[in-house]
Amino acid sequence: MINGSFAALKMMFTIAHLTFHEALRKRVLLAAIVLGALFLIVFGVGIYFINDAVIQQELRSAPSAIRAQSNRLAYNFLAMAGLYTVNFLLVMMATLLPVDTLSGEISSGSIQSLVVKPVRRSQIVLGKWLGFAFIMLIYASCMIGGIVGLVAIMTSYDLPNIHIALPIMLLETLLLLTLSIAGGTRFTTLTNGVFVFGMFGLAFIGGWVEQVGGLLGNQAAQNIGVITSLIMPSEALWRLAAHYMQPDGISALNITPFSSTIVPSPNMLLWAIGYTLITLLLAIRHFSQRDL
Amino acid sequence: MFVIETQHLQKQFGNKLAVADLTLTVNSGEVFGFLGPNGAGKSTSIKMLLGLVKPSAGNCWVLGLPPGNVQARRKIGFLPEHFRFHDWLTGREFLHFHGRLYGMSGQALKQRIETLLARVALLEAGDRKLQQYSKGMLQRIGLAMALLNHPQIVFLDEPTSGLDPLGRLLVRDIITEIRNEGTTVFLNSHLLSEIEVTCNRVVFLKRGNVVREINLKDNEIHINELELKLGPVDDSILQGLAQFGSNAHRDGDLIRMNIQDEASLPQLARWLVGQGCEIYRLAAHHPSLEQLFVETMTEENKLTIDG
Ligand SMILES: Nc1ncnc2c1ncn2[C@@H]1O[C@H](COP(=O)(O)OP(=O)(O)OP(=O)(O)O)[C@@H](O)[C@H]1O
Ligand SMILES: [Mg+2]
Repeated sequence: MINGSFAALKMMFTIAHLTFHEALRKRVLLAAIVLGALFLIVFGVGIYFINDAVIQQELRSAPSAIRAQSNRLAYNFLAMAGLYTVNFLLVMMATLLPVDTLSGEISSGSIQSLVVKPVRRSQIVLGKWLGFAFIMLIYASCMIGGIVGLVAIMTSYDLPNIHIALPIMLLETLLLLTLSIAGGTRFTTLTNGVFVFGMFGLAFIGGWVEQVGGLLGNQAAQNIGVITSLIMPSEALWRLAAHYMQPDGISALNITPFSSTIVPSPNMLLWAIGYTLITLLLAIRHFSQRDL
Repeated sequence: MFVIETQHLQKQFGNKLAVADLTLTVNSGEVFGFLGPNGAGKSTSIKMLLGLVKPSAGNCWVLGLPPGNVQARRKIGFLPEHFRFHDWLTGREFLHFHGRLYGMSGQALKQRIETLLARVALLEAGDRKLQQYSKGMLQRIGLAMALLNHPQIVFLDEPTSGLDPLGRLLVRDIITEIRNEGTTVFLNSHLLSEIEVTCNRVVFLKRGNVVREINLKDNEIHINELELKLGPVDDSILQGLAQFGSNAHRDGDLIRMNIQDEASLPQLARWLVGQGCEIYRLAAHHPSLEQLFVETMTEENKLTIDG
């Protein structure tokens, strides 16, 4: 029994290793890393100049508590704008990186020589999931850490609650990745991409409807937001993460993509975890039963 | 014991019946030819045996276990029909990865990979990416992959498609070699002349039904045609030949006729000499597998099981 599960783990790691290797060989990873690095450089240079302007201003006028507070708001806004963009980047990466992994192998037939090996089909799905999760978790951590780190180093401003927000954003990345892998067990590559982005778009617009609804005190609009968040929790996760990173004293009227008038319930976290697990299980089940 | 057994296996894709009713057995150590026209359901049958496709009805066992059983899979090799793989791997990496999936590792795996690369004449190309392989090279590396684990059964779905004559010869030699080592081969091919050389037994599949089964090694295909080249003869000789067979007729400067078996040949020769005929050639043929194939496939709804 112990031996058996050890062997099963070994199989999964063999597949995960291949998946990782594939991303390397096909230069997908390289492209993502280069783009991510460029993004961080642009962001860093931007902060440098903005920070410079802030310091100049401080020199001209006497420091005051109000001044310090508004600087903090400016830095926070900057960091949040960076993270907001990174969030999009991660959504795209988590969707596109594994979008082809099962559907592509099914349509090319290369999956056949894999599946007839002494490997369970569940191990193939889990192995691929592990490989991609490994890549995406590292990538997401580097990007988020890069933004937060740049802001901290250059302006000495520490984004609040990053230790809570980071895991939430990682969860969002995993959720999209899982959905993309699961879609690949049923759809062709193109359909799968359309499906996952479509789901993301749905959650995105639902989130905005909810925000505006909250601002106007319209319950129906808010309900639409909640329902779309249940169908696809990605946007709710971002809003939750963003909420934790807001500085105190930001006005409720200050509606930005990063602030929330309506904060998703922390229960949404549980739902998102469950959602990811269920999606993964459904992917395994469907892949295990289908003809190849 | 049968290494493969199927009972009334059926596969329906939507409302398309790919395999109607497949019942067959394959003995251990046999090279089994699975023949039939395009779309007869050969690949689908193999996929059901391997657990790639779920049968709509019927049962099958491979090595006594249901298809897809992980224990059975350790002892199975498979070369798919449209051989495609992760072509960003090199030949060696590719074999290494598949070896790992069979649970092989370390020096034993390395050794096996080199042996197989040498066997399929790809030693030099081993470090090139599969992307750069020609179709025939892919086919050969695929064959090496199918043999990695010293399988008890190999399923080869058209292993020689796309191969040049030398490549085909190589595959034929490998099949003979592994048969001599006791491996059962389930072979699916359209190259009947090759099947004739390598297989012990063939079945003809037509629209998902077994319509004919032939034992090739038991001389089960009877000699049935005689070709004669004689000196000038008149029609009385042709009439006289009728006592040994049927349908004697001229074909250019040859005489052809149908006979039952070889046994009557010495007698026939004596008779011709007795008639004062000069014999330049006396050749008996049995029908080629190709002739039998064409005959079986063109006869509408014929259902004969020989042997
Ligand atoms: N996934 C599928 N969905 C629908 N129909 C299928 C599928 N796979 C095979 N078929 C149909 O089932 C029939 C049998 O196909 P199969 O590939 O088994 O034939 P085959 O004997 O291997 O032919 P060939 O000699 O051309 O390789 C064909 O009519 C084919 O169109
Ligand atoms: Mg076929």
